[in-house]
Amino acid sequence: MIQLENVTKTYPKASRPSLDNVSVGIEKGEFVFFIGPSGSGKSTIIKLLLHEVAPTRGKVVVNAKDVTTLRSWKVPHFRRSIGCVFQDFRLLPNRTAYENVAFALEVIGKTKAVARRVVPEVLELVGLGGKEHRYPHELSGGEQQRVAVARAFVNRPLILLADEPTGNLDPDTSIEIMRLLDRINRTGTTVVMVTHDSNIVNQMRRRVIEIESGRIVRDQARGVYG
Amino acid sequence: MRVKYVLNEVLVGLWRNVTMTIAMIITMSVSLSMLGASVLLYMQVDLMKEAYYGNIQVSIFMTDKVTDGEKEAIGQAISNSPLVTEKTYESKADALKRFQKLWADSPDFVNAINADSLPESYRVKLSDPEKYDEFAKTIQGMPGIRQIIDQSDTLEKVFEIFNAIQLSSLVVASFMAVAALLLVGNTIQVAAYSKRREVAVMKLVGASNWFIQAPFVLEAVVAGLIGAILGSIFLFVAKVVLLDNKLQALTTILTPMPDSNVLLMVPLLAGVGALVSAATAWITLRFYLKV
Repeated sequence: MIQLENVTKTYPKASRPSLDNVSVGIEKGEFVFFIGPSGSGKSTIIKLLLHEVAPTRGKVVVNAKDVTTLRSWKVPHFRRSIGCVFQDFRLLPNRTAYENVAFALEVIGKTKAVARRVVPEVLELVGLGGKEHRYPHELSGGEQQRVAVARAFVNRPLILLADEPTGNLDPDTSIEIMRLLDRINRTGTTVVMVTHDSNIVNQMRRRVIEIESGRIVRDQARGVYG
Repeated sequence: MRVKYVLNEVLVGLWRNVTMTIAMIITMSVSLSMLGASVLLYMQVDLMKEAYYGNIQVSIFMTDKVTDGEKEAIGQAISNSPLVTEKTYESKADALKRFQKLWADSPDFVNAINADSLPESYRVKLSDPEKYDEFAKTIQGMPGIRQIIDQSDTLEKVFEIFNAIQLSSLVVASFMAVAALLLVGNTIQVAAYSKRREVAVMKLVGASNWFIQAPFVLEAVVAGLIGAILGSIFLFVAKVVLLDNKLQALTTILTPMPDSNVLLMVPLLAGVGALVSAATAWITLRFYLKV
């Protein structure tokens, strides 16, 4: 599902590479944590998978597609197979929960009829039934992140990327979000989560890949934060 | 739904930054009307060339003491030139007749002139009036010729004035165009900034590039089209007020400007306005909406 082959990423003006000759493979349906201190290069992995940045050296393969050689006009279509959640939710403040999720469908060409059918379903799934017409500022942080998860998942992507999704949430809410991601994972969606929340990693007992200074220092099938 | 979405985005976009939009439309319209004026003048000069060149004559005036032999020789030289299509001889009597007709309004002046004080001449039409110099060379210096006068010389002076006006309106048009383009670029930048959150989400969920860019580009195109319509109106008003009223006396000399030519400017200005704005917007987006 996801293959990084000898990937090195050096940002311009950076003295050392963010990722240094990293190779890792992730199978379909896996739940993987990337952990490591700030600046270790874990967020760069998300950016590489989304084709937001290109690797300096090496190959990135997602959904059997070589992202490195992907033509730029094909990137949008490629991204439709990937859902994405961030620490800062990235919701549109002037749209309701329903509209935020529907927006993601409409801008990729789905009709309003499709949105009317699918959006309530996915909002129900993330546990926001009854709060469809609230604006982001009327929702708690955890609820906002649920909207973001609903938006990422509404298109039934093969992969869900989560960049510190619990970074802005308290421990209890974080666990709720993790349960949600776990449910999504059980539908067969591959989940890749970047975090430095040791509590969560220790509770989930999933595959843990630890990165330090751009190198993989640990890859454990049922790991803890360590 | 997508069409409605895009149209709505365009209107909201233009309204959000309405002062800038107005500035953009005004500069665009001035620039486009200048461009239109320049093209119209160009067409006008062509029209005038067509209307007048057919009747342009070269007059070869002869000295008072010209001999019949010299006259003969000059006539022969003119007839031999491949550039000449028509040749007529004008005697002193003919010259007087023409003179009387020309100045019929002032009989005192006509009475003061008798046939002897007017020179004999050959009137020649050239196949191509622009080749006057070539023709003049073949007969210049022949004995008995006092002066060769090319009517197109006078016309050229008028055309030169036209060309100067045309050029200066083109210069003004391009300066205004630069201002208009900068304003388009700036408006698009502001629009892209105010919609950065939407754009970020659209990119994230994989909206196609054209879908992200279309509202911005269309925004510029709509402004460009409004500018073009205003510019066309300026042109038409200018034509009616200046050429048809204030300077009517001039137009009788300078051949009237057909309305159809002015109408022709509407699609031209609209095309140029829309295309140039779209291109500017698109290029601006290349820099501000990296995928």
